[in-house]
Amino acid sequence: MSARTAKAGGAGRTRRIVVNPLARIEGEAELHLTIRGGHVADAQLKVVEPPRLFEAILRGRSFIEVPDITARICGICPVAYQMSAVQALERLCGIEVDPQVRRLRRLLYCGEWIESHALHVYMLHAPDFLGYEDALRLAADFPAEVRRGLRLKQIGNDVVRIVGGREIHPINVRVGGFYRVPTVAELQRLVEPLAWARDAALETVRWVANFAFPDFEQDLPLVALVHPDEYPMSDGRIGSTQGLDIPVSEFDTHFTEEHVEHSTALHAVGPRREPYVVGPLARYTLNFARLPEVARTAARAAGLGPECRNPFKSILVRAVEIVAACDDGLRLIAEYEPPAAPAVAAPPTAGTGYGCTEAPRGICHHRYRVDARGTILDARIVPPTSQNQKGIERDLRRFAATILDRPQAELVWKCEQVVRNYDPCISCSTHFLKVHVHREHRRR
Amino acid sequence: MSRVVVVVVGNRLRGDDAAGPLVADALRAAPGRVRVIEAGTDPLRLLDAWEGDEAVFVVDAVCSGATPGTIHTFAADDAGLLPEPLGGSTHGFGLATVVELGRTLGRLPRQLTIIGIEGTRFDMGAPAHPDVQRAAIAVAARIQASVHAPASPSLGRVVPVSGDGRS
Repeated sequence: MSARTAKAGGAGRTRRIVVNPLARIEGEAELHLTIRGGHVADAQLKVVEPPRLFEAILRGRSFIEVPDITARICGICPVAYQMSAVQALERLCGIEVDPQVRRLRRLLYCGEWIESHALHVYMLHAPDFLGYEDALRLAADFPAEVRRGLRLKQIGNDVVRIVGGREIHPINVRVGGFYRVPTVAELQRLVEPLAWARDAALETVRWVANFAFPDFEQDLPLVALVHPDEYPMSDGRIGSTQGLDIPVSEFDTHFTEEHVEHSTALHAVGPRREPYVVGPLARYTLNFARLPEVARTAARAAGLGPECRNPFKSILVRAVEIVAACDDGLRLIAEYEPPAAPAVAAPPTAGTGYGCTEAPRGICHHRYRVDARGTILDARIVPPTSQNQKGIERDLRRFAATILDRPQAELVWKCEQVVRNYDPCISCSTHFLKVHVHREHRRR
Repeated sequence: MSRVVVVVVGNRLRGDDAAGPLVADALRAAPGRVRVIEAGTDPLRLLDAWEGDEAVFVVDAVCSGATPGTIHTFAADDAGLLPEPLGGSTHGFGLATVVELGRTLGRLPRQLTIIGIEGTRFDMGAPAHPDVQRAAIAVAARIQASVHAPASPSLGRVVPVSGDGRS
């Protein structure tokens, strides 16, 4: 991390601090904070990478190619894109997948949550709380913990590889099911690692619970899938802490995306153009009762209640979700019997299909318009990080205001931490983050 | 004889970044006692890829200003292999950082050789430079030769490569 300070003339003195790069996020963006007259005047998360135009790539392609193309959006959370895509297209085709296929898909998703959360908790975010610049320096003092985090991540990757065909950008998901389903024996080989992982995840919760969390609460609506029987991953209705309860097909009527000048990623807002937040805190707060017992117990022991509004504690909630994903994975493997066929036929159907699932960072909404031959006419993909951009900016503005008296280095560090609370996956549209703090001192 | 693992890092679709995968292709075309692992663009995967293996070669594209196709060879403890500051993304876990992480965690293989192939163009969709393609074949041949030379005292240093190691 390097910092530069610049001064400008004029009626007041402007101090500009540039931190480049801000590390440990997935993607490239800049953070600009302007402090004027002792107040935070503005906070902007600038996504600077050009759009990747996946929605345009999809136009004209066959609907059966969508899970493989959209998986390429992200190397960390490809399963989320596959799951939202197949849900949208299968609903459009009017098909129900075999219950065992559904089970396998949830297991695949558990693998993604484990690898994504373990990477973020240990390698990207824990250094913030323990005062290290990066995971390498953290590893020198906490080797056992970093080893545990890496093994957890690897076990998540192994689940994705065995169910999805390969670790990154899996290739086994198709509209209607899978290309090939694993044997019982193949899944049984995951039992021992997942049992280890569940214990390691419980250790993770205990470890993270001892971190110091700033006393800060969010005042934004939390939005997540809600499912009557399970902690949501690949199914559910869209709910919020404001009482929203809609099917995923109505996402567009409640949430809109708008272009802002400082970002190449669209910003999503709620019905009254208000920011809202998706991700672990939203899932947890709206679905605490559906967490597996072992995860709920761990959460309570870690001092969490049934709701969590402190974004700095998202790392703790992620740790609880790793417990849930490992426990769920073990249950799914125990219940698994290979389906009669890996997939059901998916006849091309004209119309519009909607899908929404819980990526590790929050809801990932897809909409596809398809013609009778199965050609994609129009695609719209709303990733979680784009929905969180306004919430991140709001957290920055509010939290920075409480620490303006701190030394510059600490202020910058904490602001970076605010961004990393969201584990922003800017690589879903971009790469890299720089922080700019502009201090404008007015003289009377 | 110790098992030999070759881990290649790089993106086939980014010009000279394909250097590592091209070495993998060449090794697979002439199968021997070499296990080839493509780690893609996530060097963190190396830590598990080489666990338990005794002699490991890691091949990646490098960018040092040398002529395209120049082959650089480092042992894991070379001072020249300094961990770069962690960049802004998971992609920022660069090769040198991961080697350092492996050392910190006691997860380095007994023998680790890092081979860098100099590249100049890393544009999306660009083909690899012809000199990079030739260097990849040369690197594969050298690895194969080292495997089939059981008397070799040091697998990691069987191919003395100087600053300009083009074949």
